[in-house]
Amino acid sequence: MKELTVISGKGGTGKTTITAAFAALAQGQVMADGDVDAADLHLILTPRIKKEEEFFGGRAPLMDKDKCDECGICMELCRFEAIRDFIIDPISCEGCGLCMHACPNDAITMEEKFSGHWFISDTRFGPMVHGKLGIAEENSGKLVSLVRQQARLIAEEENKDLIIIDGPPGIGCPVIAAMTGVDLVLAVTEPTLSGIHDLERVLGVAGHFSVPATVCVNKFDINTENTEKIKEYCRERNIEVVGEIPYDPIVTKAMVAGQSITEYDSGVVTDIIKKMWARIETGLGNGFER
Amino acid sequence: MIISISSGKGGTGKTTIGTNLALSLEGVQYVDCDVEEPNGHIFLKPQIEERISVGIPVPQVDKSKCTYCGECAKVCEFNAIVVVKEQVLFFPELCHACGGCSYICPEDAIEEVEREIGVIERGKAGGIEFVHGILNVGEPMAPPLIRTEKKFIDNGKTVIIDSSPGTSCPVVEAVKGSDFCLLVTEPTPFGLNDLRLAVEMVRKLNIPLGVLVNCCDIGDKEVWQYCEYESIPVLMEIPHDRGIAEAYSKGIPLVEEIPEYRSRFQDLYNQIEKRLQEESG
Ligand code: SF4
Ligand code: SF4
Ligand code: SF4
Ligand code: SF4
Repeated sequence: MKELTVISGKGGTGKTTITAAFAALAQGQVMADGDVDAADLHLILTPRIKKEEEFFGGRAPLMDKDKCDECGICMELCRFEAIRDFIIDPISCEGCGLCMHACPNDAITMEEKFSGHWFISDTRFGPMVHGKLGIAEENSGKLVSLVRQQARLIAEEENKDLIIIDGPPGIGCPVIAAMTGVDLVLAVTEPTLSGIHDLERVLGVAGHFSVPATVCVNKFDINTENTEKIKEYCRERNIEVVGEIPYDPIVTKAMVAGQSITEYDSGVVTDIIKKMWARIETGLGNGFER
Repeated sequence: MIISISSGKGGTGKTTIGTNLALSLEGVQYVDCDVEEPNGHIFLKPQIEERISVGIPVPQVDKSKCTYCGECAKVCEFNAIVVVKEQVLFFPELCHACGGCSYICPEDAIEEVEREIGVIERGKAGGIEFVHGILNVGEPMAPPLIRTEKKFIDNGKTVIIDSSPGTSCPVVEAVKGSDFCLLVTEPTPFGLNDLRLAVEMVRKLNIPLGVLVNCCDIGDKEVWQYCEYESIPVLMEIPHDRGIAEAYSKGIPLVEEIPEYRSRFQDLYNQIEKRLQEESG
């Protein structure tokens, strides 16, 4: 079984557009949305939910006012300034439990904390696993790991040999959870100075965890000089640039129509994405070099 | 006044708005809290004057005192410390630096040592005071770095905070405590979907908010309908323009490429100020 994660470092580079196109092009895959925070893949894949489960990401303290004698020990010890005037602020609380252990009156207990949902769904391109973290919740990395684990289970059950993961933006914990141990990362970037800066950082994370990476330059014609810089950068590091996609308003039109670009149009963007997919598919089979 | 700039969806132009707003006003401090992918410096080109390493206190076990009783592992909610036979294993990337293990250890065997997670750089970009945090590559936890960075906020200035996209902990950490949150979106289904989530987050934090629609002439009209329905003010609209996109790609600020935008950003600021006065008055 192979796992491919599409990431972007900087958000809004067209990562989900490309993932959705891969969903339409690949065969026999399980889709996993690793962006549990601001997920968009469902807008194109329109999943029909078959199974919905609650996600408990950790524990949170609960204070029993009747037992509390306002000694203030918990407030003093909490490193996250999460207790003020003997009230716990759930947004600042990290759920470390120190207050519970320290309270001389056993006034604090730790309770399982409901932090979101995860789903198993059907789409027109096969099964999909996705999650929705509650607003302002923590532990997105844990939910991403859970989504990936469920996707693997389905792949095993249904004899599918490929999992395509739409990764979250950034380089923090959910990104690490979405890319550790996968067979290949595709980093989608734009030829802007910020795009290059963010690409270097996200490729750094892939390198840090020894995950092979390839690159796609989206809207490459917005600044061809920068596109050359990206290609040069990748050449030096032996990272293959598997696709260069021009800017085309048709991409937004497909999104508004709720379709993947390859379903919506047969123009140049679709062409390039198809070639890119073919390259990735063979590469996944043979193993990309790092 | 502290204005945070955020967006559910990445790549909607958050940094463009933050940096150009900073360049259009006087007495500004720009604080880039997108520590995973900080970009503000690309446009503001600050002279960095100070570099501060930021660490979190993590446990270090003194083997000569440890009895392998396992208490530390029991209190750790994050499985960052594990005791197996005659060994205490520590997984730094899981540690939240809460101090629970050292507090509980009956033998006083745990000492805390700093582990660097990133750096903060401070400097000046013309008249703008500049601060940004840079999370070390491979480091999962952004919030402690953002928390430290926010201690450098100068309340005497107009503070502009750039956050990372999304609605989870790093964004909450960045936006928390600001007087106003400006959400930047695009009028597309992705933009709207993510805007909804961002609005929910900002409302949960009880912060007044407004929307800026970038690339306002692409996509569809649903973002405006949503904002009207939710009584959210749309404070500014910027059309899609290849010239703007090209300038952006080179790191040239919008107000330098098209100086007329300066007064539009000043107007944006005045609208925010007026709204806040109305709200408090
Ligand atoms: S669980 Fe930890 S972070 Fe939360 S209030 Fe208690 S001590 Fe503070
Ligand atoms: S430590 Fe316990 S008794 Fe003391 S203030 Fe906190 S909750 Fe109340
Ligand atoms: S609590 Fe202290 S003595 Fe016990 S295993 Fe941990 S470090 Fe060792
Ligand atoms: S400091 Fe807190 S999170 Fe870190 S190992 Fe100790 S108990 Fe666990």
